[in-house]
Amino acid sequence: MKSSNESVRVIRKKRHLGKSLLIGAVMGWFLILILLPLYGIIKEAFQNGFQLLISSLTTPESRHSFLLTLWITAVTIITNTFFGVVLAVVLVKQRFRGKLLFEGLVDLPFAVSPVVAGFMFIILFGPRGWIGSWFEASGIKIVYAFPGMLIATLFVTLPFVAREVIPVLREFGLQQEEAAFVLGASKWQTFWRVTLPSIKWGLAYGVTLTIARSIGEFGAVLVISGSIIRKTQTATLHIHQEFTDFNYVGAFSAAIILALASFFILTLMQRIYKRKEI
Amino acid sequence: MSRNPLAKISGTSSDLLLRSLSFFYIGILIVLPIIAISSEAFKGGLNNLWTNITSSQALYSLKLTFITALLMVILNVIMGTATAWVLVRYNFPLKNLMNALIDLPFAIPTIVTGIMLVALYGPKSFIGGFFNRQGIEIIFAKPGIILALLYVSFPFVVRAVQPVLHEMEKDMEEAAITLGAGPFAVFRRVVLPTLLPAILTGAALSFSRAIGEFGSIAIVSGNIPFKTQVASVYIYGEIESYNPQGALGLSVVLLFFSFLILILLNRLQTWNRRHEEF
Repeated sequence: MKSSNESVRVIRKKRHLGKSLLIGAVMGWFLILILLPLYGIIKEAFQNGFQLLISSLTTPESRHSFLLTLWITAVTIITNTFFGVVLAVVLVKQRFRGKLLFEGLVDLPFAVSPVVAGFMFIILFGPRGWIGSWFEASGIKIVYAFPGMLIATLFVTLPFVAREVIPVLREFGLQQEEAAFVLGASKWQTFWRVTLPSIKWGLAYGVTLTIARSIGEFGAVLVISGSIIRKTQTATLHIHQEFTDFNYVGAFSAAIILALASFFILTLMQRIYKRKEI
Repeated sequence: MSRNPLAKISGTSSDLLLRSLSFFYIGILIVLPIIAISSEAFKGGLNNLWTNITSSQALYSLKLTFITALLMVILNVIMGTATAWVLVRYNFPLKNLMNALIDLPFAIPTIVTGIMLVALYGPKSFIGGFFNRQGIEIIFAKPGIILALLYVSFPFVVRAVQPVLHEMEKDMEEAAITLGAGPFAVFRRVVLPTLLPAILTGAALSFSRAIGEFGSIAIVSGNIPFKTQVASVYIYGEIESYNPQGALGLSVVLLFFSFLILILLNRLQTWNRRHEEF
């Protein structure tokens, strides 16, 4: 069917001006809202020279905080990749009572304020909490220490892997799995040889989102860590510390490093997303 | 929909193991913390909790949170839909780059967002200084809060509307034009009803993110009680000043809204699916 008849063409011409205006408005909005702040921070950080930027990044406090962020991110990736896949498999393949509620609970960390999340964990894992008091008796500190910060990060990143793997598993995994199963493969063989390869791009995307969020998490970790310098201070907490101490160069330069990391992650996300689509 | 044949055998020991693992993980990370914070909040009695929520400072921060979130959602819905429209329907220079950068706010740590906005619009910066001389405060004032919220939630509406717009056939619009409908009528009667579930999903996600947002606002707002202090920052302040009772009230309120939005999103999803089936 020919879609463009006379009247359509006339209105299209009238629309041309509207189209340019709309594109201009959207690009302007995007430029001012999203891109201009990036320029702002680069300008501020380099204003006092490259030397100062480097020296503020290589202070022991700064190095310690970036290292801690790396550690927490590494452990988070391993833990939540494992549990994310388990959750996805259970939610796609199994039927049980209360499954809808369970599925809703998996999404909850996206909706909860990070400060409230940190606070919940203080109450539960603090020295007087239901679980915390038990650990305290065995001499293990959770709140204001590494385990608490890890728990907070695990919470805020929990849905990413599961959410990305579930749709892929629904679409591809099952038929091929059934085939493998019928052909006599064991459950483990089926998982490693059939399921995992078919979900790998969805999984990779979920892991990338997990990395981005673990590096960037602030509120939940701030509340539960107590932000103790050179002890429980991650990169984002370090930025906060520098900012509240009016050491703007330190804050800006550390922020630039994290912004660079986000660009790298974003590029990775785009690459994986394209693969996922195929 | 075909039933999944593998589900039949979900009684084997490995299935049971996977299910127990997921229940354990969700139980300890999500269910127990929520029960712990709720029981702590209601321990002092409903009256006590109510007094905490309705104290003038808490109430002000709650009001500010909802008003700024609402203003952000209105702007975000308009500009997000326009952005999705432009990206799907039109061709223009730098379109691919822009599409790739839409997710940037998801990759950038929220505290870096705050730092960037201060660097660009702070009282000592070029733009902020200019506005300051006109008597308009951006940073450490309410406009800064809305700006931060717009930044962190920008991708939600765009990414919700984009796929629906992709799927949408132009036939209907062109039929309407042929039948004599003006561009405005076409948008209101044909385009908007189709996009509505997606727009509302984006709006709900933005709103949910906004009422919980902490990192960027903690930097940008200056946290002045009765002026720029939002709910999440109020909660943080109460925790920091060892007043958990004060923090519990608003935490429970925010958690309540998190649940509410999750339920709403669930409804929207089924509505969306029904649309797709047509």
